[in-house]
Amino acid sequence: MSRRSLTLLKNLARNSNASCIQTRSVTYMPRPGDGSPRAVTLIPGDGIGPLVTNAVEQVMEAMHAPIYFEKYDVQGEMSRVPAEVMESIRKNKVCLKGGLKTPVGGGVSSLNVQLRKELDLFASLVNCFNLPGLPTRHENVDIVVIRENTEGEYAGLEHEVVPGVVESLKVITKFCSERIAKYAFEYAYLNNRKKVTAVHKANIMKLADGLFLESCREVAKKYPGITYNEIIVDNCCMQLVAKPEQFDVMVTPNLYGNLVANTAAGIAGGTGVMPGGNVGADHAVFEQGASAGNVGKDSIVRENKANPVALLLSSAMMLRHLQFPSFADRLETAVKKVISEGKCRTKDLGGQSTTQEVVDAVIAKLE
Amino acid sequence: MLWCDMEASLNLLNLGLGRMVITKFCSERIAKYAFEYAYLNNRKKVTAVHKANIMKLADGLFLESCREVAKKYPGITYNEIIVDNCCMQLVAKPEQFDVMVTPNLYGNLVANTAAGIAGGTGVMPGGNVGADHAVFEQGASAGNVGKDSIVRKNKANPVALLLSSAMMLRHLQFPSFADRLETAVKRVISEGKCRTKDLGGQSTTQEVVDAVIAKLE
Repeated sequence: MSRRSLTLLKNLARNSNASCIQTRSVTYMPRPGDGSPRAVTLIPGDGIGPLVTNAVEQVMEAMHAPIYFEKYDVQGEMSRVPAEVMESIRKNKVCLKGGLKTPVGGGVSSLNVQLRKELDLFASLVNCFNLPGLPTRHENVDIVVIRENTEGEYAGLEHEVVPGVVESLKVITKFCSERIAKYAFEYAYLNNRKKVTAVHKANIMKLADGLFLESCREVAKKYPGITYNEIIVDNCCMQLVAKPEQFDVMVTPNLYGNLVANTAAGIAGGTGVMPGGNVGADHAVFEQGASAGNVGKDSIVRENKANPVALLLSSAMMLRHLQFPSFADRLETAVKKVISEGKCRTKDLGGQSTTQEVVDAVIAKLE
Repeated sequence: MLWCDMEASLNLLNLGLGRMVITKFCSERIAKYAFEYAYLNNRKKVTAVHKANIMKLADGLFLESCREVAKKYPGITYNEIIVDNCCMQLVAKPEQFDVMVTPNLYGNLVANTAAGIAGGTGVMPGGNVGADHAVFEQGASAGNVGKDSIVRKNKANPVALLLSSAMMLRHLQFPSFADRLETAVKRVISEGKCRTKDLGGQSTTQEVVDAVIAKLE
């Protein structure tokens, strides 16, 4: 290993900070004052981002939800997320964002990744499930992919050793592996899930993925009521497209999680409908479940045909996170009704509607 | 409403005095809680129960506070009902009521009546909440600890406290566990095989508990 890698590694270790695990919550008998409006940072983003975040704004307005948005303009080509935006997120603790487009190559790092690292949003969660009325090749799919969000192949530690030779470091630490494993098992425990599957390639990357697996196994011992198994990532991809019903909660390192989440989203109905978010000890950023960097084609933006369902369902997750379960339920019910009726669907679901038509249909179905 | 224990007993005159105190502060905060509860739980209507035609100042102050808070929630219907008419309406057409906000004594009576018509105090969940703490207990009749015979034969109905503990689980932010508990209890009730005496059955408390545990997912 070259001397530069060592310095980079030291920097990484110094920046990790201890954090405890964020839980989701529901209130039935509210505490006095629970109904006061909460501030949420809103980042419309690039491409279809403004379209779909506007959809969320409209629906929240229609529901008179106790939240108000602080909107900030951020583009993917910026070199950093502006300081005022970071401050706003740190103050509000919760953020909703559309996608930020990451330029390929060019040395500009992804702002999506930067947000996750700076706020230490170490867990990314995508819920991939069949929506009634949206038939796919497989039924009974309900997979939650929990992905380590800060290290692994996304550590950003690349350099050119000599001209023509580039080295990229994948870093796996016990600290990060342990906390993502703890989060996955705690999620399963709190949400009555029966099985956690660790996805890895430890037959090849014996030390890196081996450390990840060790951490998962240790945490699994503390949850005897939850079944734990492991699957090699290539077999996993094949099983996902052949028999996805076998999976429940899946915990993965960074890169595999990206791929597994997108695959699972695709088989269950598409990245246009799956909700998800990123959570850390102190903050949570909600966005489209999979493919946060995919901001859609220009034609979709021009014709206003982006699918707002994913972000609407993510904003329902956000409402639960903010402890407004009744509003979350209303929103989810309305969205599911619109999907199941089948009259109002955007192009990715086989229909012809525009974003606004879907939004109007959802608002009409709100109780 | 504070029931002051500043009761005076003037033995010479065979007179007992009780004082009922209503304050703007307490009326306002209970009205705020009621409307906030309705807002957060997607309830459509809040009804204030009072006797302000007789107790014009005391219950009048209560009503004023409710009306002020109601203005801040234009999406929620607000109406008022005199407590005697309310009791009659409860037994005749209870479907008309949604959330009811009441001062202390009327609340005790209205809650017990409503619990009775909906199935009995043995099954209704409830609790007490303040700014910092919450105490969960059987919804109505917390002071009613049952007859000796029920205690001896272990035939008390655990459903009310089980459902209150589900509310407690939600309060503690464990919704999935709350859902499982409520589903299991509702299934046991709906099957009808395992019911205590107050619901027309013969089971003991332990039999109901075993049935609920068996139905947990």
